[in-house]
Order: sequence, then C-alpha cells, then structure tokens
Amino acid sequence: MSTKPLLEVQNLAVHFPVESGGLLRKQVGLVRAVDDVSFHINAGETVGLVGESGCGKSTTGRAIMQLIEATSGRVLFEGKDLRQMPHAELTHARRNFQMIFQDPYASLNPRKTVGDAVGEPIKLFGTAGGKSVNERVQEVFHMVGLNPRYIRRYPHEFSGGQRQRIGIARALAANPKLIIADEPISALDVSIQAQILNLMTDLQEQLNLTYLFISHDLAAVRHISQRIIVMYLGKIVEVASYEAIYSSPKHPYTQALLSAVPIPDPVVEKQRRRQVLVGDIPNPINPPTGCAFHPRCPLAMAHCKTVTPKLQQTESGHWVSCHLYDK
Amino acid sequence: MATIKKSPSYWKMVWRQYRRNHLATWGLVFIAFLIVMALGAPWIATNKPLWCNASGSYCLKAPIPYTPTQYNLDESLMPPNRHHWLGTDEQGRDVAARMVFGSRISLAVGVVAVGIYVAIGILLGALAGYYGGWVDQVVSRAIEIMICFPTFFLILTLLAFLGPSIYNIMIIIGLTSWTGIARLVRGEFLKLKNQDFVQAAIALGASDSRVIFRHMLPNALAPVLVSATFGVAAAILIESGLSFLGFGVPPHIPSWGSILSQSQEFMDIAWWLTLVPGAAIFITITVYNIVGEGLRDAIDPRLKV
Repeated sequence: MSTKPLLEVQNLAVHFPVESGGLLRKQVGLVRAVDDVSFHINAGETVGLVGESGCGKSTTGRAIMQLIEATSGRVLFEGKDLRQMPHAELTHARRNFQMIFQDPYASLNPRKTVGDAVGEPIKLFGTAGGKSVNERVQEVFHMVGLNPRYIRRYPHEFSGGQRQRIGIARALAANPKLIIADEPISALDVSIQAQILNLMTDLQEQLNLTYLFISHDLAAVRHISQRIIVMYLGKIVEVASYEAIYSSPKHPYTQALLSAVPIPDPVVEKQRRRQVLVGDIPNPINPPTGCAFHPRCPLAMAHCKTVTPKLQQTESGHWVSCHLYDK
Repeated sequence: MATIKKSPSYWKMVWRQYRRNHLATWGLVFIAFLIVMALGAPWIATNKPLWCNASGSYCLKAPIPYTPTQYNLDESLMPPNRHHWLGTDEQGRDVAARMVFGSRISLAVGVVAVGIYVAIGILLGALAGYYGGWVDQVVSRAIEIMICFPTFFLILTLLAFLGPSIYNIMIIIGLTSWTGIARLVRGEFLKLKNQDFVQAAIALGASDSRVIFRHMLPNALAPVLVSATFGVAAAILIESGLSFLGFGVPPHIPSWGSILSQSQEFMDIAWWLTLVPGAAIFITITVYNIVGEGLRDAIDPRLKV
C-alpha cells in the first residue's frame, strides 16, 4: 500500500431535515441519506461504490464533490479537508477532482456549444499547457474519441453516448487527479456502456487517473474496479477487493446482490440460485433499529434487531458490517 | 459528415417558431413602425421644409407640416381634413403632430421603466433562487411587501411627493414593478439550481457569478422576455393613465394620455380628440400583448434543445 491515500472520507454524514409545510417549518424527521461513512481511495485506483437506488451512493459522491453540504465528517483530499476550506480556495482546488454525471442530457448546458463547455475548465484553470484553449479542447476531444470538428455544435445534436463522451472530456479538461463518476453509464444503451467503460479504463492508464465509480450495476463495476464498497441505507455494509467480493461475499446483502447478476454461461447460469430479497428498501426517515438490513435479511438473528453492527475486518482488506462475523 | 454547418442556436429556433404566427409577426412590424415614428418624430412632424433645392423654388415638406406646439386659434377644433389629417385641438394644434411626438413619451416610458425593473427583478430573483436561505427569505418578504401596495396608487403618491415629470414616472414604475420578474427568475433559478449542468458548472470550479450569469441566466431569460413585453404594454397604460389624471408630463408636452385628458371638455363636439389617442393606446397595448403571447408560444412548446 502506498503511503497516503488520495482521498480519505472519515465519518461522513449527510442528513436532510424533513420539514412540515406551513409558516413555522417544524422539523418532523431526519433522512440519514449518508450515515457514518468512512473509506479511502489510493492514487491510481478505481473504487466501485454500489447499492440500490436510494442507498446514498450518489449523495456520498456529491458530498465529496462539495455539491451537497455534509452534516458532519471529514473529506480529506491529499490530506486537506475540503469541508473546512475557504470558498475561494475550494473553487481553485476543484481542478483536481472532477465529476462525470449520470444523465448526459441534463449535464450539458443547452445554450452552450460543446466546445465552450469543454473549454470552460481550461479557461478557468489555465490548463492549456502553453497551447491555445481551442487546441487543448481539440486535444481533449481527440482523447475521448470525438471528432474535433464538432466543437461548434450544441449538445442536442449529439447522441447519448457522444454526450457522455463530452461530459468525460469536460471532466478531463481540468487535468484532474480524481474523477467521481456518478452512474456514468446507467443512462446509456448496453452497447454504448461497454464503449464508455473501455474509454474510461484507457484514459485511466494514459492519464494516471483515480476513479470513484458509483453504480447500481455490479456487472459494470466489476469491469473497472479494483475495490468495491457496498452501501445499504446510507451505511457501508462491505468493503473488499473485487476478487474477494465476487468469490466470497460476506454480507447477506452483498450475496443477494451478486446472486442477481446473470452469468453469461448457460450451463452455469442454470445452476445459479437467485436469492430474492423480500420487501422494499426501508424508509430512511424511520430506519429499522439495530442492523438496518435485518427486516430483509434471510439470516437475521434476534440481536440483529437491537444491536447495530460495526464495520469490522474479517480478512486483510475485507471489511464487513454484520453480526454473523462477530468474534 | 461532409458539410458541417453551424447548428441553429436556441434563439434562431425561437424565431423560426415565432414566424409561423402571422398575427404576432405583423405585431412586431407594427412595433418597429412605432419605434421608427418615435425616433423620427422631429423629421416627421415639423413646419420646416426637410429639403430645398438650391434656388429655393421647390421645397420638400415634412409628412405632417406642423410642430406639436404650433397653435393657430383660427383653426381650433377642426375635424380631420386635407391639411390636418387627424384634426386640430382647441388651440388649433395639429393632432397628428402631437400624436407622433406623444409616441416618444410612450416608447421612452415603456422601454426605460421596463429596463429598470427587469434589471432589478433579475438580480434579486437570481440571488434569491441561487443562494436560498436567508437571502431568499429577505427577497421573498420584500416581494410580498411590494405586492401589498396597489402599484398605481403607490405611483400616484410618490409622484405627489416628487412632482410630476416623465423621468420620475419612469423611475417610479421601474422601482415598483420588479416583483413579477423577480418571482419568475427566482422560480426558474430554483428549478435550474438542481439541474446537472449547473451542478457540473459548480463542480468545474466556476465562480458564483459565472454560474449565475453565464450558465443559469441564459436558460431563465425566455420567460423574462415574454413578461417584459407585457410589461411595456402595462407601462404605457400607466403613463397614459397618469397623464390623463394630470400627473404625467407637463401640459405643453404632448403625450397620448395628456391629449386624451385635454379632450374631455370637448368630447361632445370634437370626437377625434378622444378617438385618436384612445385608439392609439388601445392598439399599441393590444399589439404588445399579441407580440408577448406570440413570443410565449414560440418559447413554450418545449423546443427541442
């Protein structure tokens, strides 16, 4: 393991108050979208963050990006806490961590040409490296496999896959170290998904990027990630290398998630036993007591209802939050 | 692939859509005509010849060869005729000349007053929508307080203090009518703030003012433009109303409202004095509203952007 992680998230929590309507706005509840989440990402690594919709994975990504104000915790980027940074310093530091958004239609300004969109971070941070902004834009377009002749066009003239390439180009233009990819492929056709994933891996090798790859799609995450974080209801339930997650998932939730992934081999696929989770993800305003997963857990025990499990290390680098592994 | 033409921008597409509405297109032509009339008034209505040949034997007269203040008591209250197309008033002044000059007041009030309040409205609405929190609270309460006052009477009261003058009217309309625009822009900004491209701009490291003015405002401007068009009509109506009540421009300066006001005494013997300014105000307001509606329709049916 290298010395210092590029990004370190410590006890991050994002709580949204639920307010009643009317004049006085009484707080009637609290959504713990992200609750006590800690993890780190080393330079050059790809970490996958998976979970059902509503589990807080996107909120985690946006809280790291400082797009949402976290309630508590620390977000250390190269050792500096982004949450404590003065506004101006943070704005300047943003060149080092960029984001790729889920919806390639909503993430581009409809009134700006795509060349202007990609050129903006270059102008803001002066990352042209001696070249003119235009030359650098063309270079970045080339990197993501887009024809540089299209730079004067507007976003609505591109397909979803092309738009996502533009989104990636915009993130790359600032020359960042870390890219947080928030479900970058889930809005795309399956055939395009593979292209974008391959593009992202190629770019990682070329530019020595670090990714936090957020997705609900385990199959996509396995393509790209070295380590995987599984979240459930705002909490981390399991962290492990991707081999460990796939060969020996520990948490019953991870096991259920994995059993839902089809295997592209008909013989093996026939023998696949699907472990279907019953019930919906619980209401985060009023989460279950004890282990949040216990109402849906096939292996729940009596004290799962009362005692909240802690994230503990079972093997080297394999962390799980489940009473089954209590020593 | 072979030909890469520059794609139509948003406003070009709006214009294409707008052109399909013939009534609104003609409305725009009429507004252009009004603007030309207002700007060209000193050359349209003057008793001086526009151009004479070298010997002075032939001179080109203005279309309306009278000035708006040129009186001739021998020709008072003449109905429309060959010399005075729209008749004369009680002092024998040419109504057509006065109407042409009056359009300058209407245009100036409309444009300047709306310009002032659109600027105020955009700024306050944008700040409230973007920052939320206490900024939003302050702006929203200020809007509610302003809405509580009936605008017309607020203007009357302020004019009573400041004295009737065309500049005071512009400034007072501008300072009192920004609430609609502010609410509109605030709403648009609340909607835009959570859109990914705005979040992307923030994540990119763009400053607040850059996000507000470069990324969000261009996307919020369309409804503002529609509202401003209606606003011009409303401002013209307010000015006419104030002039009619005698709070507007000083009596010797013609404005559509003041011409209408002076016609009251002679309503039974000089119909043209009432009809001409009344019709001018009516038609202008209607046309501005038609243009505003055309613009709204051109923007509203979610253009493929």
